[in-house]
Amino acid sequence: MSTFWSLWIIVLTLTNLALLLWVLLANRKVAVRDDEDPENRTTGHVYDGIEEYDNPLPRWWFKMFIATFIFAGVYLILYPGLGSFPGVLGWTQEKELRGHQQQAQARFSEQFGEYAQTPIEELARDPQAMKMGLRLFANNCAVCHGSDGGGNWGFPNLTDDAWQWGGEPERIKQTLVQGRKAAMPAWSGSLGEQGIAEVTEYVLSMGEREHDAELAAAGEQKFMRNCAACHGADGTGNINLGAPNLTDDVWLYGGEPSDIRQTLRVGRNGVMPAQGELLKDDRIHILAAYVYSLSMNYDEEE
Amino acid sequence: MTKKSKQAEQDQDTGIRYVNLYEADDKVYMRRITGFYQKLRRYTGMPLLAAYLLMPWLVIDGRPAMLFDLPERRFHVLWLSFGPQDGMFLAWLLIIAAFMLFTVTVLVGRVWCGFTCPQTVWTQMFIWAEFLCEGDRNKRMKLDARPWGPEKVVRKGAKHGIWLLIALVTALTFVGYFVPIRELLVGLATIDVHPAAAFWVFFFTAATYMNAGFLREQVCKYMCPYARFQSVMYDKDTLTVFYNYVRGEPRGPRKPTDDPGEKGLGDCIDCSWCVQVCPVDIDIRDGLQADCIDCGLCVDACNQVMDRMDYPRGLISFTTEDAIEKGHTKVFRPRLLGYGAVLLVMLSVFTYALSARLPVGLDVLRDRGMRMYRISGPDVENVYTLKINNKDRDTHIYDLSVSGDYPFELEGYRPLPVSEGEVLTLPVRVVVPREALDTVKTSVTLRVEARENPEIYTEHTTTFIGPALRDQ
Repeated sequence: MSTFWSLWIIVLTLTNLALLLWVLLANRKVAVRDDEDPENRTTGHVYDGIEEYDNPLPRWWFKMFIATFIFAGVYLILYPGLGSFPGVLGWTQEKELRGHQQQAQARFSEQFGEYAQTPIEELARDPQAMKMGLRLFANNCAVCHGSDGGGNWGFPNLTDDAWQWGGEPERIKQTLVQGRKAAMPAWSGSLGEQGIAEVTEYVLSMGEREHDAELAAAGEQKFMRNCAACHGADGTGNINLGAPNLTDDVWLYGGEPSDIRQTLRVGRNGVMPAQGELLKDDRIHILAAYVYSLSMNYDEEE
Repeated sequence: MTKKSKQAEQDQDTGIRYVNLYEADDKVYMRRITGFYQKLRRYTGMPLLAAYLLMPWLVIDGRPAMLFDLPERRFHVLWLSFGPQDGMFLAWLLIIAAFMLFTVTVLVGRVWCGFTCPQTVWTQMFIWAEFLCEGDRNKRMKLDARPWGPEKVVRKGAKHGIWLLIALVTALTFVGYFVPIRELLVGLATIDVHPAAAFWVFFFTAATYMNAGFLREQVCKYMCPYARFQSVMYDKDTLTVFYNYVRGEPRGPRKPTDDPGEKGLGDCIDCSWCVQVCPVDIDIRDGLQADCIDCGLCVDACNQVMDRMDYPRGLISFTTEDAIEKGHTKVFRPRLLGYGAVLLVMLSVFTYALSARLPVGLDVLRDRGMRMYRISGPDVENVYTLKINNKDRDTHIYDLSVSGDYPFELEGYRPLPVSEGEVLTLPVRVVVPREALDTVKTSVTLRVEARENPEIYTEHTTTFIGPALRDQ
């Protein structure tokens, strides 16, 4: 707030207070006619033959009004209200929020600590921990991975058995803490449209899907030279590089031949943001257990 | 000539005086009185007071009979527990209570105020302490006029001591509705209690002491919202306290031996007892006033005087304007019947709603993802977020089932335990084979049922969206 607006607000606030106080004090006395009966004085208003008495108001109203002025003065000294004057107590919304957050931390830290000592496989079977996991997932992960963890176009499904970076508990935790960067290069320059078509048919053949045998045969060589380094000679992927398995029917960017061709043309750069900075480790531990539990088939083990 | 006297002279010239707009009310010194209505007041106030004091101590189902658990946002009332979602019940309960008040007001005026209102009951208790320590009206007036001395200190001290004690018990009981009272008392005794609880005990002690000790009739006159608008509900057939001016006027003092007829007087002997006993400091003989709380004190007082004078009772009595003027009262009038009918309807609907309250709530939200549906291999999936709300008093595990026009299946549902009052939010997938689905939009019904109690169930129907149909 600039000095002018700060002053503007201060002047407005104090002027209003002073005016109200003046109105109150200036009207403490009322003029009455001498010859009127003080017991049965009326205001002179008549509605349907009903007259209004002009009795004095209770004194404690006046006292309460004065008390509100005192309150206003004390409040404006203690709390922010007068322009950019921060108040003697130094209260701010942020401090209030932080205080509440610390309270919440203190409330949950005991339970978090207990969970942090529990191995992830065990934690995935603890209903209370999984309730926490549900909420943490909904708040931090569901935006990309879907509220059920079922994924979206470009965001992996966490409920199946296909793991781009590995589905072991520790791998999941690592993924959460450090984040992941996938790097599928664009091949349109080196392979050309014909080469892309051939490699696509070969990839289809690896998954034992409908394909053009001639083109696939031509694509095999190109695959071995360019793709096998990451995806493996058999196309089953590499969790250390985040290279997906090309032989299953799980496709992050679509599994139709046209989708595969597009992926080859332009490349893909999937990013899982690192959560280690944002979430405390004990929360990540619970989240890892929750994600791990997503792929366990719950209906069968109880 | 000073300025002041100039001003004064001017005032005289113009015939204008200046008076204070705000004036302190005179302190009301009530005369002690006994009689039929005072007995009635005691017997209506006492049970309510006893219920108020004992309720926090009662235990039902191993929990306090009445506990408003604010941190947990659960209200436990006798055999039922309410959560935030049941706010409607509270709202309707208050509406019904308001309509009951309207109905009663049309019928018998402000009897709630005079007989059962906590304001009245506590004021009565405080006045009892006043009588006990300082004596009756005249004695109290004399005591107040006297300078401070040992006797005055002792009497006043005792009175305020009793007041504070009553106020403290009141406050402890009141906070006991929000914090389990045994914990509260033990906590206060061992100075190991939440500062908020201690603050509220102190606050309500101070408030009760101020209110029943000093504010009293000011609350009924100026603060109470009901008092502000009760007068519009009166009509000529409302039973309320009236002075029978036909019989009483012209008033005047006389000896009990005099024949009032000879003196040309009515039955009112102008002893002003009715004014002295009045807790709101009005003269009922001026006619019905908005301040009157229908407590019947002046009725009892006047009846005592009439008995002494050997006149018939009922110069001041509970009657109606029509009865005094025309000699008969119409009880069943449209206003009363209307209020009564509305009240009856609301009460029955409320009772039905309460009995039909399901012990479990289910809300189903379609997932706000990027897509309407998901294709997963040969299947079409829709994702829903369930909110399962356990309104029962026990922890339950719920089983979920799905039904609809197509062979729907559920995936990803976890049967987690839901404790009392908890709302469990969890995602679930409804899956159907793509071949089986021959429509874009259909409905699907989800049903939750408590695992160990099939009586506890509820259903929710929502839409299922599939891919646009291909040209076959």
